[in-house]
Amino acid sequence: MTDRFRIGFLPLVDAALPILAHEMGFAAREGVEIELVRDMTWATVRDRLLYGHTDAAHMIAPLAIATTLGRDRPPVPLAVPFVLGLNGNAVTFSTGLADEVGLGNALGDPTETGAALRAIAAARKAADKPLRFGVVHRYSSHNYMLRYWLAGVGIQPDVDVEIVVTSPPFAADALAAGEVDGICVGEPWNSIAVDRGVGHIALATAQIWRRGVEKVLAMRAAILDERRDTVEALVRALHAAAAHFVEPGAVETSAEILARPEYLDAPRDAVLRAITDRIRLAPGGEPMHYPDFMFQYREAANFPWRSQAAWLYSQMVRWDFMAFDPAQAAAAGDVFRPDVYRSALAGSGAPLPGASSKLEGGLDEPIGAGSTQGRLTLGSDRFFDGRAFDPDDIEAYLAELP
Amino acid sequence: MRIAIIDTSTTRAAIISDGLREAGLDDLVLIDPAGALARQIEAAQPEVVLINLENPSRDLLEDYFAMSRALARPIAMFVDQSDAEATGAAIDAGVSAYVVDGLSKQRIKPVIDLAVRRFQAFSRLQRELDEAKNALAERAVIDKAKTILMKRRQVDEPAAYALLRGQAMRSNRRISEIAEAIVTSEALMGDME
Repeated sequence: MTDRFRIGFLPLVDAALPILAHEMGFAAREGVEIELVRDMTWATVRDRLLYGHTDAAHMIAPLAIATTLGRDRPPVPLAVPFVLGLNGNAVTFSTGLADEVGLGNALGDPTETGAALRAIAAARKAADKPLRFGVVHRYSSHNYMLRYWLAGVGIQPDVDVEIVVTSPPFAADALAAGEVDGICVGEPWNSIAVDRGVGHIALATAQIWRRGVEKVLAMRAAILDERRDTVEALVRALHAAAAHFVEPGAVETSAEILARPEYLDAPRDAVLRAITDRIRLAPGGEPMHYPDFMFQYREAANFPWRSQAAWLYSQMVRWDFMAFDPAQAAAAGDVFRPDVYRSALAGSGAPLPGASSKLEGGLDEPIGAGSTQGRLTLGSDRFFDGRAFDPDDIEAYLAELP
Repeated sequence: MRIAIIDTSTTRAAIISDGLREAGLDDLVLIDPAGALARQIEAAQPEVVLINLENPSRDLLEDYFAMSRALARPIAMFVDQSDAEATGAAIDAGVSAYVVDGLSKQRIKPVIDLAVRRFQAFSRLQRELDEAKNALAERAVIDKAKTILMKRRQVDEPAAYALLRGQAMRSNRRISEIAEAIVTSEALMGDME
């Protein structure tokens, strides 16, 4: 058994940790060799993972759960020992829609922007030309965040507006071609839409859920069992890469590396803006600072909370119109593996939460949290509508949602 | 059994459909990759969809299949976990497929196997074409280097070629590499005497 890990990824800024772990020597220091395999669709990333072309993948978290539960295909259990980041996505309107909604050169308030959008959506629906939004995958946090926001401001997805799929590298094109009126996608594709003059960023997804789980490191559960020691070494390498990624002195080099043709093949400046939380909202505008636009390291951001997996499962039930099933909920929670994260980082000084699950969306202010190692502070993790998610009572939560 | 073929390469799509036709599977629909995929598939009503693994429209297509299942048209990804080897071969070859749920494995397998062979044949053809192109380019460089040597050293063509070959053998490099070095240095220093 070699200590080589082939890792599939899509060209997105939040593929940074495996790329930097490889490029900056964090993997080598842990005795792991990373080989990166770039693709253009999540379907291909998933297929390569399932059939052994890759050992692990940079993956949208809901897809890891959907694959485990066997949505639309025979189930294959996946495991997530490490979260690659929180948020970092945005909702970008076409410049036409942005003018109609009245977006200015500041990020909109989710509720106010939502109210303006609702009126337009109703008018467009009445004219038989419903607004259409593009999300990167059916089983993506983008789909769930966009739907959470729309439903929360009284716009019923699939009824009042259409939601279609467009893979990240083609999202800006779809906006430019007028195929969609808005996109919810990761960076640098929002910034590229703005720089091309075809998009105006309306919201950061962090405004919808302040600490929303985004990409994860996913692998087949069987691989994790077979190569447990190597996986733990990989987790340590990624954790070191995360600490490096948020160092102010490292951002220039990181942007340089990520922008390369073999990785994102994107303008360095757009990548740099994303990783420094400076967002250019409208064509020709000055970038504005939005703290924690991307969230890759602090507050044990890489810890795979089972409650995050449970929230994603709740949204899967909601939007796939499934019946809630306690066994499926448990299986979804089991995809996230805090036990592996803990044993990998034991003795490293990294804060290790004492619990594996928490109330999501319950914090207004930063608060000290129980930890078995290191000091852990958790910041505000609010949803825009103020609801909180209790992973132990998913049914009650679902019953209350609009 | 109606089979739809979606491929970013129209040449490969043609190679696959020829193969399927030869095998007696002639109920084929070629989907225009530049057109509206969902609408074309809706109209074609295929039982099997063959698509290249790296096709940029796969996420969109899977979403469409999931949606159409809600409309009581069950389509599932072709994955038979009991036949990992065959599936692995398909992925290696770059083939992906979706089939109507419930279609028997005996009917699907020959289609997938054939598609895999055709994909492999296409890759081989492409490799041969690339090699042929490279060979042509090499020949042109060698001819240029010979001309330079003939002019500079006042020798005839066989002698110029012998010089190239001799240097290649002594330095354990390919003749085309030596020729390229000569052409490059001539471009940089040809006007110096």
